[in-house]
Amino acid sequence: MLNFVIAIAVVLIIVILLVIFRVSTLVGIARGDTRKQVPSGNRLQATLLLLFLIAGLIGFFYYSFGGLDDDFTLPVASQHGEATSRLFWITMAVTCTVFIITQIFLFGFAFRYQHREGEKAYFYPHNNTLEYIWTAVPAVVLALLILSGLKVWGKITAAAPDDAEVVEIMGYQFAWAVRYPGSDNKLGGYDYRKIDATNQMGIDFSDRASFDDFVPREIHVPKGRPVEFKIRARDVIHSVYQPHFRLQMNAVPGMPTRFWFVPTKSTADMRAETGNPDFNYELVCNKICGYGHFGMKYIIVVDEPEEYEEWYKSQDPWLKQNADYLGQVPDGLQEAARIAAGIDGSADEVGGLLMSSSN
Amino acid sequence: MSVADIQITEVGHDDHHDDHHDQGFVSKYIFSTDHKTIAKQFLITGIFWAIVGGGLSLIFRLQLGYPDMDLNWLRPIMGDWITAAGKLDTEFYLGLVTMHGTIMVFFVLTAGLSGTFSNFLIPLQIGARDMASGFLNMLSYWFFFLSSVVMFVSLFIETGPASSGWTVYPPLSALPQAMAGSGLGMTLWLISMALFIASTLLGGINYVTTVINLRTEGMTFTRLPLTIWAFFITAVIGILSFPVLLSCALLLIFDRSFGTSFYLSEIFIGGEALPNMGGSPILFQHLFWFLGHPEVYIVILPALGITSEIISTNSRKPIFGYKAMILSMLAIAFLSFIVWAHHMFVSGMNPFLGSIFTLLTLIIAVPSAVKAFNYITTLWRGNIVFTTGMLFSIGLVSFFISGGLTGLFLGNSALDINLHDTYFVVAHFHLVMGSAAFFGLLAGVYHWFPKMFGRMMDEKLGRLHFWLTFIGVYLVFFPLHYIGIAGFPRRYYSFTSFETFSGFADLNTFVTIAAVVTFAAQFIFLFNFFYSIFGGRKAPANPWKSNTLEWTTPRVPQHGNWPGAIPKVYRWAYDYSKPGAPDDFIPQTIPLSHTPESNLPHEGELAKEEGVESPKKEKDKVE
Repeated sequence: MLNFVIAIAVVLIIVILLVIFRVSTLVGIARGDTRKQVPSGNRLQATLLLLFLIAGLIGFFYYSFGGLDDDFTLPVASQHGEATSRLFWITMAVTCTVFIITQIFLFGFAFRYQHREGEKAYFYPHNNTLEYIWTAVPAVVLALLILSGLKVWGKITAAAPDDAEVVEIMGYQFAWAVRYPGSDNKLGGYDYRKIDATNQMGIDFSDRASFDDFVPREIHVPKGRPVEFKIRARDVIHSVYQPHFRLQMNAVPGMPTRFWFVPTKSTADMRAETGNPDFNYELVCNKICGYGHFGMKYIIVVDEPEEYEEWYKSQDPWLKQNADYLGQVPDGLQEAARIAAGIDGSADEVGGLLMSSSN
Repeated sequence: MSVADIQITEVGHDDHHDDHHDQGFVSKYIFSTDHKTIAKQFLITGIFWAIVGGGLSLIFRLQLGYPDMDLNWLRPIMGDWITAAGKLDTEFYLGLVTMHGTIMVFFVLTAGLSGTFSNFLIPLQIGARDMASGFLNMLSYWFFFLSSVVMFVSLFIETGPASSGWTVYPPLSALPQAMAGSGLGMTLWLISMALFIASTLLGGINYVTTVINLRTEGMTFTRLPLTIWAFFITAVIGILSFPVLLSCALLLIFDRSFGTSFYLSEIFIGGEALPNMGGSPILFQHLFWFLGHPEVYIVILPALGITSEIISTNSRKPIFGYKAMILSMLAIAFLSFIVWAHHMFVSGMNPFLGSIFTLLTLIIAVPSAVKAFNYITTLWRGNIVFTTGMLFSIGLVSFFISGGLTGLFLGNSALDINLHDTYFVVAHFHLVMGSAAFFGLLAGVYHWFPKMFGRMMDEKLGRLHFWLTFIGVYLVFFPLHYIGIAGFPRRYYSFTSFETFSGFADLNTFVTIAAVVTFAAQFIFLFNFFYSIFGGRKAPANPWKSNTLEWTTPRVPQHGNWPGAIPKVYRWAYDYSKPGAPDDFIPQTIPLSHTPESNLPHEGELAKEEGVESPKKEKDKVE
């Protein structure tokens, strides 16, 4: 019944609108609008354009400078992020200046040069000097922006320093898996054919560098030291994105990628700066990857270097936690694997192995 | 002597058109080879797709603006895509996003815009009876129609439409295990796109051939209206880039159906390791964007051409820097082919490529800036008449500037690291390409409606439509810059998983409201459009007092466009408000020798060579 009433109401409103439309058209014809050179209401349109300009600029300034409920500028927490952030705001200053000036001219001219009876437009087909100027000026400004951009880009994408902490990040539907090189500071190999329900990352245990690799629940990185993310994916493309670090790199199946950076603020620093005791750096997936795309979160903790070392040492190798994978270790490396992973076998077994290796 | 030849064939042609043979309904309105009918077919199909594409965006905007809303009321049309809890299915959300993008970019702004106005205006503005090949032209529409049918069907299948984003990056789009939409939905998407590419190529070849070969006497390239230049260049870009998309899609079809590994390597999915080795997902991105970037110029250049014409006519002034406009378009067309990898700065490709593409990308900003400055200078000291078409053109220039400027951020690889795939990108391309091109389409419809249907659209409703849409578009897309700077990723179903993105819920709600109002305003246009076809005021022959050739045809041009001989052209299209001339416009068909009072010095010389007999007498006759 209610639906029926709503339907009737909608129909009535449409009929009323149609009648108003028809009447106003007829009135217009009676007034002779159709014979006019210029449609009536030309001045109104010009005025509306000017009002739009004014209201638009007011709104633009209001929202850009604190009118929004939330702050849209995220604090920067990496060394390169400070450089890109500076470049971002320089570009913002340039573009906003051009934006405001051109919009003022566009709507201002529209208002100022609205049709006036008896006037004639100025026949002005071209002016080469003007054309040269406004080809050259943008070209120079752009060249400056490009040069400073390329300088920053070159630094960001250069090879990571040798002492960078290495973290391997792998994206999959719909989570991240992370691996650290462990005490030998060397990431072991991987093979996608070795992936199973437990060995999510396909760690290859024929490589002795894998034995001490550990797979933590959170990413920890040290403040003030270079960190290199080695990034891969095992099913579809994902993207490692962390807005506070101004960091983003796609995770591509079959093609490892990387991104290195220097975090400048520990999680505790950021909690103090933002006044949010629950603040955490969150790793975000930023390439469409399926129905769970919007939920691929991983916490990154930035520690003071000492805390980081402590945490690093306290982590158990993955092999230790999953000792049955010793079966994948080649026979000759069994003992090395046990030592590297810190697995205590029964005394006899270990002794036997030691003896056999010494032979 | 070639001139004589042409005239002989013309006479023959005219004879043919003088005996009116009645066409049946089918050959007149359905399988028509007349460029005007085909243009209208493209337009109506484009309008249909715009409603579908816009409607889909409203559904996902509801999800973003009102994440807690009970959507059970959508069940009658969306079925199980609304979960039992009344929520939008998360994968169908991606399907909506994908189809919105595909439909808007290809079906509305490529076929709906180029298809309509290239078809309609090229023969009318260059003085031709029809396209070079009416039959190919008809095929072009029907390929598009088939493509539309396939894409539309894909919306209703059980596994859902293609859902991997309009860029359909593999492996997501290649593996049905990765998402349901990559099954049958993706197959239909690929079939539809293959048909679409065929349609675009048939159309494009026709446009280029027609512009080169069928210009009327006197219509040199430097006298062509900028609309024709834009359509011509657009067609060339399309012919060069769409085949690459076809090969890109073909390789994807091979990977999906025939076990090849062009794009696939080392994949473990659905509990098993796939045998594919050695392929590269990045290869797909290179091929895709080799079309994908020129595509945005395929979308925007016709809109800019239309705007040039409308702004000049309604400012009653010649377009400022006619030659600079052509050169800019040529430069944009050339550069559009060598900037594609700026979509891939963080894809993992070699950073050195990133440097090169940053450089090339920011160079393309120069000709774009020149165009914007020239539009503004055309308004300067004009005598502006605010027709609805003119309002939409001014709106287009405003969007083109607002959206174009943010390109300086995204084209700069160092800045793109943090902005890539955020709402900043969404705001950028919706303004500079989406809304600007859409406004070009609407401006064109309002401006050439009288020539299409012989009647006028209602100006009051048109202006109301303009203001609601113009303000609405800015309210929808401008706020997105802010959440983009705040790092909000695009294609997210909800932001509740992340503390970083916990703010701005009210902004998202606001944007959704603005989107609903803007969409609703389009129904004013629909009413105005369809009502005016039948009930609009009859149009005068030249309602906007324009110079171009189409306004010399009868009110409703019949097959062949001009009842008598094709008019000759004696001047460029922009003699508005020429000093000394009695009127503020001089159509292209008026010989220079008839207007000695307003001729510029070099035109006085040209007038002597025209060979038009006794200008005085003819002028008397005209008056």
